[in-house]
Amino acid sequence: MARELMKGNEAIAAAAISAGCRYFFGYPITPQNEIPEYMSRELPKAGGVYVQAESEVAAINMVYGAAGAGARVLTSSSSPGISLMQEGISYIAGAQLPCVLVNIMRAGPGLGGVQPAQADYFQATRGGGHGDYRVIVLAPSTLQEAVDLTQLAFDLADRYRNPAMVLADGMIGQIMEPVEIEPRRPAADLPAKDWATTGTASSGGRRRIINSLFLHPDELERHVLAIYRKYEEVEKNEVRCELHLCDDAEIVIVAYGTTARIARSAIAKCRRFGIRVGLLRPITLYPYPSGAFTPLLERVRNFLVVEMSMGQMIDDVRIAVAGRKPIAFYGRTGGIVPTVEEIVRQVQALAQGGAQ
Amino acid sequence: MKTVYERSPGLTEAPMHYCPGCTHGIIHKLVAESLVELGVLGRTVAVAPVGCAVFAYDYFNCDAQEAAHGRAPAVATGIKRVHPDAIVFTYQGDGDLASIGMGEIVHAAMRGENITVIFVNNAIYGMTGGQMAPTTLVGQPTTTSPQGRARAGQGAPLRVCEMLATIEATTFITRVSVHNIPRLNAAKRAIRKAFQLQVENKGFSLVEVLSTCPTNWGLSPVDAMRWVEQNMIPTYPLGVFRDTEGGT
Repeated sequence: MARELMKGNEAIAAAAISAGCRYFFGYPITPQNEIPEYMSRELPKAGGVYVQAESEVAAINMVYGAAGAGARVLTSSSSPGISLMQEGISYIAGAQLPCVLVNIMRAGPGLGGVQPAQADYFQATRGGGHGDYRVIVLAPSTLQEAVDLTQLAFDLADRYRNPAMVLADGMIGQIMEPVEIEPRRPAADLPAKDWATTGTASSGGRRRIINSLFLHPDELERHVLAIYRKYEEVEKNEVRCELHLCDDAEIVIVAYGTTARIARSAIAKCRRFGIRVGLLRPITLYPYPSGAFTPLLERVRNFLVVEMSMGQMIDDVRIAVAGRKPIAFYGRTGGIVPTVEEIVRQVQALAQGGAQ
Repeated sequence: MKTVYERSPGLTEAPMHYCPGCTHGIIHKLVAESLVELGVLGRTVAVAPVGCAVFAYDYFNCDAQEAAHGRAPAVATGIKRVHPDAIVFTYQGDGDLASIGMGEIVHAAMRGENITVIFVNNAIYGMTGGQMAPTTLVGQPTTTSPQGRARAGQGAPLRVCEMLATIEATTFITRVSVHNIPRLNAAKRAIRKAFQLQVENKGFSLVEVLSTCPTNWGLSPVDAMRWVEQNMIPTYPLGVFRDTEGGT
């Protein structure tokens, strides 16, 4: 496909189909409605199935059933809807099923608002539902990256038999940019889905059970430990991060998604003022690129975390920096997107040695 | 030597955990026999509930998925849409289906999903120790209605078949019982018909089976069977509530 101007939500939906997703279950919620709308229009043409569920609770359980049946399956929602899905996401992780989730974040808490936010970071990166588990979390900053990460998410989900989430915000969902979407075959070395419930006639009589119930503590502990061995592999193999102008930077902004775009503009402006500032942009939020901070710790004087929240990713920055350098924070919330000028002022204050 | 009784090949050899006098075992067997007789066991996927039948995946000799509480019809929807040729059924109790899962069952019915639902109604929460269900009879004591379910404040029994029969996209809705041999044979015919309809792609079918809970009712197995006949059936009349295809 040639480069085409697309809206973020539609680009994500098209990327899912290009990666072999043929099943979508969802429920309307702003600002992600173009994803189910696109899927309802385009999936049948690709031989797939779109079902509008009666709720996010039902949608995620349809995803569980389809994933357990061996399909590449997607659901999408926005913050309050993702909250409703958390029980099902826990079951999916517990039953070790692959699926892809898209959260086009809006502002909370509660019904909140429909403007962009990044306040679901804790929920996304700490499991979100009950029990010991993680979700692989990918945070695109451009629409092309949203396409690429959506495609990648299906491979990661299949490889680790775990939910993978594309965590974007209403800005990424609603803006338009040129994207190129090439058909992407599943990676050749993905494990076979010999656990999928397709009927025992297709398995030589071997019964396949999709389940997350283990009443004996010994058995359940072994099960959770096996899941966490996968997470060790995820943390070893799947960390993704971009460093921008960090080689000489005294101040490093840490930001992801939409705020990273704005930070990039702020950095260009600050560089013109002669301030040596760079950007560390986590692309995977779980696994978090903690190791990327290590080589920066010698030279960098200050880290500045910018988020559209009251400060959530900053906890992971604190873990990575481990008290060795001061960490400043600038956040807007409620659906307010920080401006370039606001970030420039924060950087200037740090450059002048003043606390923000 | 003539074999007069044997385990259905539709069931595994796992010993069932059900209490003495509980009719889950009988209902499992009717389902298993139906799947074997229709020749579809090898392409069947069961969806187990949360509740007494949570281990149904250990007992039905086919592939299975364990659903979250009440969500079995949504899970079944996901499976069936991926594998339309699979025979997909949910096996749910009254707490699972008629309380926490009411949204999922109503909307699976509304979509006319081509699945079969086996709904086991014993008017109480069994697994958790005998709490009040939406299906508990007025006046019936439970651990959360110790004075008996009071119509004022706790309402009156929810009749699932009658309610779902109002939904246009459903195909076959019936209520049966297994408290004596003639009723058991009729239940078998209903369950088999429900699966036959799915094989023929005729759409959504639900068989409600009145069941016993001697343990939480505080009755002997024999008295529990009698209690079904004398107390449950007047509240939950047996019969066919919707049958768009006719036949037997």
